Amino acid sequence: MKNRQRFLTLIGLPSIYLFLLFILPMGLMFIFSFRGGTTGAARNVFTFDNYIKFIHNSSFQRLLWRSAGISFLMAIVSCVLAYPLAYYLAFQAGSKKTLLMLLVIIPTWTSYLLRIFSWKLILGSTGLLNSILVALGLIDKPSPILIYSRTAVVVTLIYVWVPFVMLPIFASLERIDRYLLEAAADLGCTRFEAFLRVTFPLSLPGVVAGFFFAFIPTLGEFVTPLLVGGAQGSMYGNLIQDQFMRALNWPMGSVMSLAMLVIVLLLMFLLTRLGPLTDLLGL
Amino acid sequence: MCRLKLPSFGAIYYLLVCLVLYLPIALLIIFSFNDATSLTFPLKGFTLHWYQMLSQSSELLHAVRNSVLIALGSALVATILGTMGAIAIVRYNLPGRGVFLAVSAMPLVIPYVILGVSLLILLNQAGIRLSAPAAGLGHVIISIPYALLIVASRLVGFPNNLEEAAMDLGASYWEALGRITLPIISPALLASFLLCFTISFDEFSIASFLVGTDTTLPVYMYSQLRFPSRLPIVIAMAAIIMTLTMAVLIFSEWLRRTGQNTSRK
Repeated sequence: MKNRQRFLTLIGLPSIYLFLLFILPMGLMFIFSFRGGTTGAARNVFTFDNYIKFIHNSSFQRLLWRSAGISFLMAIVSCVLAYPLAYYLAFQAGSKKTLLMLLVIIPTWTSYLLRIFSWKLILGSTGLLNSILVALGLIDKPSPILIYSRTAVVVTLIYVWVPFVMLPIFASLERIDRYLLEAAADLGCTRFEAFLRVTFPLSLPGVVAGFFFAFIPTLGEFVTPLLVGGAQGSMYGNLIQDQFMRALNWPMGSVMSLAMLVIVLLLMFLLTRLGPLTDLLGL
Repeated sequence: MCRLKLPSFGAIYYLLVCLVLYLPIALLIIFSFNDATSLTFPLKGFTLHWYQMLSQSSELLHAVRNSVLIALGSALVATILGTMGAIAIVRYNLPGRGVFLAVSAMPLVIPYVILGVSLLILLNQAGIRLSAPAAGLGHVIISIPYALLIVASRLVGFPNNLEEAAMDLGASYWEALGRITLPIISPALLASFLLCFTISFDEFSIASFLVGTDTTLPVYMYSQLRFPSRLPIVIAMAAIIMTLTMAVLIFSEWLRRTGQNTSRK
């Protein structure tokens, strides 16, 4: 009984905070999604119109699919790029492991906005890449096609996510019992076979966690498209932002946000089926 | 006999990745010393002009001040709430634990745009004006999972029989927590505070919906990215802040690791 009281006292304050500023706002957003307008008399009219419009507007759904495509491609490539990095750190880096790991993480601690912006300096028409290509004589004049495209968004997002994706893969590789690899060698496996049949299957939970960890939040990304995406590279998050900041159609924006929230929660539910979140993320 | 050890494929790959990871940051720092208004190649020459201009940009300094204040506030609140939650979930396995863990970890994966607009609706419904502190309210939500995980991993590292010993000697439960547990986990508390500080300090997405005209540094920087002539000053500021942030976080990481190592001995 005493324990129960202590537990409730400790958990009470954080729970109240999370309820008031996390759960309640989501609830209010749900109510807002039925309103007829953002302000004035229409605000107090409750209707299903927003949902009907959302379902019938194919451009919303197209953008949602495009965002899913961008996030999917980005997360897959990030996993592929992060895997050898995690493997090197887990199995080959030896005593310098901690330091080498830290070196990969440090860049992620610098300004998110400016790390994205700096890709404009690399991909832009007067940027680093174009300057190098011109200097090498591979192209005669700077190409404007590198920036303001879907590719620019994917490349920039991969840059942002590789270190984060590396963490859960590294954690799952670290957990592999090294005796298993010795046993595989004793039983006649080559190193490559041992990797394919022991190491890789055992590290899959980490890869899947890394994939979702990058994929889910990116579905709603709007900063990267704003900076390097242009019209071609805009994502679903930009659509939501537009409804709230420019079009001032908050009820429609709420419907869009809720649609995204449902997808995100479903994916998160799938992710937690894999094991405890904290273990998976290697935190 | 001198035999050269060839670097392995893994080491070369690691170096390449690091090169790419640091390239954009290096570019920004290089341009902050470049004697030209436009951020284009080729470079023009070395100057400290942009750094000198910093002290005259009152809007920028105001935004920095706002960011520091809300980062301090939100880091403090997140660390306190995260610590309470961490003690509860590590020490007690009672009903409600699973729900609490799930809800508090959710902000790790929910797109920030959703958190931002839902808080915008909350403020609007409650009739609260948009301001920098309002963004701080949201920053606490995204910081709690990190505070919770850092403190919990430290708590797992030492058994609760020290608390029990203190209580056997006559301390109340809360005295034992305050005088035994908190001092032992203090490196984790500081590490959590510093990490939460940088999360808030750097956060743009949520803040962009909530600050109104009372800008924080990332929101101000974003507004300046459209004016090429103002960019070098912003980048000079960013170079200073990047350096400071890295120093703070390397210190925090060191704290977290020393904390974990001593507890294992």
